[in-house]
Amino acid sequence: MRDLSLHLMDIAGNSLSAGANLIRISLEYKKELLSFKISDNGKGMEKELLDKVINPFTTSRTTRKVGMGIPLLKNSAEITGGSFSIKSEPNVGTDVEANFVTDSIDRIPVGDIDETMKALILSNTSVDFELKFINGKKEYELKTLDVKNYLNGVPIQNTEVINWIGENISGGLKEIFGGVLDEISG
Amino acid sequence: MKSLAELEAIREKALKDINLRDNADKIRVVVGMATCGIAAGARPVMNAFVEELNKRNIKNVNVLMTGCVGACRLEPMADVINAKGEKTTYVNLDAEKAKRIVVDHLINGKPVIEYTIGETEK
Repeated sequence: MRDLSLHLMDIAGNSLSAGANLIRISLEYKKELLSFKISDNGKGMEKELLDKVINPFTTSRTTRKVGMGIPLLKNSAEITGGSFSIKSEPNVGTDVEANFVTDSIDRIPVGDIDETMKALILSNTSVDFELKFINGKKEYELKTLDVKNYLNGVPIQNTEVINWIGENISGGLKEIFGGVLDEISG
Repeated sequence: MKSLAELEAIREKALKDINLRDNADKIRVVVGMATCGIAAGARPVMNAFVEELNKRNIKNVNVLMTGCVGACRLEPMADVINAKGEKTTYVNLDAEKAKRIVVDHLINGKPVIEYTIGETEK
């Protein structure tokens, strides 16, 4: 995976196949660490499966949640000197957290979070997404439920709405991380 | 930063257009979006489908995502499923190929044979 936005697309795919209808995504800059979290309210996993998902070689093809996606994200975080954790409870949901060392030469760039969110929202209109960017006191938040309520009858997959969401997100990225993360200009 | 209030103008315009929407003969484009697909470049393919359809104002096509169909070496892949349920599987896609599929197949009804799985896996 070339950047974080592609990991996001991939891990959110797990949440979707776990039947989640609310997916919370956050990206927080804490000086030396960049923390990336995805939480969902999907069907969750039993401990036995949870222990297996971080190992690509115990993959069971009948269980779609298991595969290369999670080990790849874990590796992306750990090669920077960062950390990875996954917590899950059956019938409650799953939380994935990856912490990247901000200044590590091996840290993959954040990438086009806006493109990923547009694709996720477009093809999963009944799922609600909450996206947060945090840097100290500066915060950006977008909740698709707020957008849907505002639109009141106009579908969220409307082209202009989706493009507005994309621009909103890239504006938020710039405002919160511009000049702080090397790949995002201020 | 953009505010939700900007959506008001979009909303009013959309409400006027909504009656023009044609839901007959829905065609589905299903793009593989598992780890294998994403790593091979499925996101730009999916976005190319969506953008090209919007640019040409095509309303009877839904672009959706699916998981891994088991042929990871042929990713990015997409199925075009017409109103009768007939399926065409395209493989090794990129954004340019997606645009051609929109024009030739989705608009003019002529599948792009050379991009299909049958042609690639001979």
